[in-house]
Amino acid sequence: MPCFVDQLTPEVAVDSVKVLRHVGCEVEFREDQTCCGQPAFNTGYWDEAAPCAERFVRVFRDAETIVCPSGSCTTMVRKFYPELLKESPIRSEAIEVGKRTFELSEFLVKVAGLTDVGATFPHTVAYHASCHALRELQLRDEPLQLLRAVNGLKLVEMTRNEECCGFGGTFATKFADISAAMGQSKVESVEASGAEYVTALDPSCLMHVQGMLTRNKFKAQTIHLASILASNGARA
Amino acid sequence: MSGSTTATKVPPADGASAHDHSQSSNPEQQFHHDSAVKAADIAHREIIRKNMESYDAGHMKGRGRFTDWDAARERCQAIKREAINHLDKYLLQFEENVTARGGHVFWAANSEEARKYIADLAVRHAVKTVVKSKSMVTEEIELAGALEKVGCTVWETDLGEYIVQLRHEPPYHIVTPAMHLNRTQIAELFRDKLNEPDLPEDPQQLVAAARRKLRKAFFAAEMGISGANFLVADVGAVAISTNEGNGRLSTSVPRIHVAVTGIEKVIPRLEDLATLWPVLATSGTGQPVTTYGTLIGGAKRPGEADGPEEFHVVLVDNGRSSLVGHPEEREVLHCIRCGACLNICPVYRHIGGHSYGTTYPGPIGSVLTPHLRGREFEHLSYATSLCGACTTVCPVKIDLHHHLLHNRRDFMKKGHGKASERMQFRLWRMAMLNPRLYALGGWFGRKSLRTIYGLGLSGSVFDPLRAWNRKRATLPVAKESFREQWRKGLGGKQ
Repeated sequence: MPCFVDQLTPEVAVDSVKVLRHVGCEVEFREDQTCCGQPAFNTGYWDEAAPCAERFVRVFRDAETIVCPSGSCTTMVRKFYPELLKESPIRSEAIEVGKRTFELSEFLVKVAGLTDVGATFPHTVAYHASCHALRELQLRDEPLQLLRAVNGLKLVEMTRNEECCGFGGTFATKFADISAAMGQSKVESVEASGAEYVTALDPSCLMHVQGMLTRNKFKAQTIHLASILASNGARA
Repeated sequence: MSGSTTATKVPPADGASAHDHSQSSNPEQQFHHDSAVKAADIAHREIIRKNMESYDAGHMKGRGRFTDWDAARERCQAIKREAINHLDKYLLQFEENVTARGGHVFWAANSEEARKYIADLAVRHAVKTVVKSKSMVTEEIELAGALEKVGCTVWETDLGEYIVQLRHEPPYHIVTPAMHLNRTQIAELFRDKLNEPDLPEDPQQLVAAARRKLRKAFFAAEMGISGANFLVADVGAVAISTNEGNGRLSTSVPRIHVAVTGIEKVIPRLEDLATLWPVLATSGTGQPVTTYGTLIGGAKRPGEADGPEEFHVVLVDNGRSSLVGHPEEREVLHCIRCGACLNICPVYRHIGGHSYGTTYPGPIGSVLTPHLRGREFEHLSYATSLCGACTTVCPVKIDLHHHLLHNRRDFMKKGHGKASERMQFRLWRMAMLNPRLYALGGWFGRKSLRTIYGLGLSGSVFDPLRAWNRKRATLPVAKESFREQWRKGLGGKQ
């Protein structure tokens, strides 16, 4: 579970657990986990990131499958650990753990072979393709397949849905003006699509997009894919 | 020229955009300032959006003409890899072939050497007028200023370059230098600078007005300067892709032709152009090939009617060879300067080409410039969300966004980060290696943020997340973390 989900948007975690249990998985949360190391890694502090990565590997080394509701953290573990831990004695273990780590939609569609998880969400939804999920993990259709199978959900097209929202980790605060301008373009696309909700695979993108939506007083809301999939239609 | 224009190019010497009045000697501060101004400029954003959308459509259509676009990219990557892996061999072969036909090849270690060679040449031949076809390397080495110093009038003859020259600006984009301007702005500029007060806002008439001026320059010039898209080693020729015909005029009418280019432009064989030329055109503008594809092997030979009397090639290193030995980043030298990474880059689309304060803006510039111009351009490797769109379009498959990550790692390894940031990440590591400390820190952090926001102090100096909250609605902070909820019962319910 990504650290910022744990601390800032725990509902994404709660809903992920709900969905996984609903499809018959036994879900475990290891309280020893902290952060995958991505903030330090992306900022260039690899010496600070590496021990966090090693810790992640040790915490999860005996887990059957690791599911994460973030394309970005999944990318960190699967794609960047082998490079970050090049010199580490547990590199080969890290590679094995990486192979068993999946983003939520990836796990449901590719591993569990499911597209319909029995959710109901009677709203119009636009899908924003988060960069890491799309370009590092090549997840383009998996989330759309899941969304199309949701009862009552109407998927609407959004222009430039594969363009970055501008979050970008520490970029969001180091270059806040650029990040916010990119977010502005994104929320204008959301607004123009007429969607009630915009969803994505990464809670971090959604945090940024929600901040821009609220600031613009646009009525659309962000919602993580896990929360749509966990919905039984009762959600307002 | 007895012309009405004395167009002087203001070089982007200290990394500052020439058009901006608020100048800082620090490129990083200047970047923060310029990018923030442009990011908030809605009119600018709309011009770029419109131009990029038409590029996108052309580019996608162009890619569709290839049976297998990815295979073509892989072929180009292989050609450039071979060239860079054997850079010494192919450059020497190129030189040998050029000199065998009487051409001159000058190896310039840096900008100064290149400028001096060309300025001396101009003085030696009493050159008064110089016509230039498009070349980013001449921007990089700040050639125009050096030629003006020795008394030459320098004419940019690419229409876009001519426009930005009249505005005393550096090019906005490496392929389309005046992309940031619409026809109204260009018409106003021409009426004012070309002494044509009645010029209508009609693209054809605008082009005709520029042509009237430039024709005279072409036929007055004693020296023509071009860039090179490729240096073909096995035949010893400079290959140039252009659309306006100015490239051919600049390289054939004046008595002296000087081609100025980076050492990384060399390719092994003539037949490599069969793939590289169409891929470059498709990536650059969406065209199948550009209107003109010119191969220049030397000066006019006895019995030939056209061509210059002297042919010079200036091979510029200027920091490039330091990348050859870099195991990860040497592939940055594969770049064919098509501009595709700029066009797709959401950062470029929002801050525009001038904000970077570099000759090469956009993703390739953010990777390359710290290597070419040093530490004070390192911030560019951070001024990106690492979205990776650039890497997906690069026609020679440079792993651009991962190089940005590698740059960041290398800068921090050299100890270049801010001391406060380094300290933050050390503390962060301590917390992340100790789950109790992490949970306690999280609990305390949330509690304080909720209190601060409860008091209405979001975005104030008391808000540790003010950099975030000043640009967005206040970050909602959960009352209970997931691990607290899990412990309270969520974990028990299977």
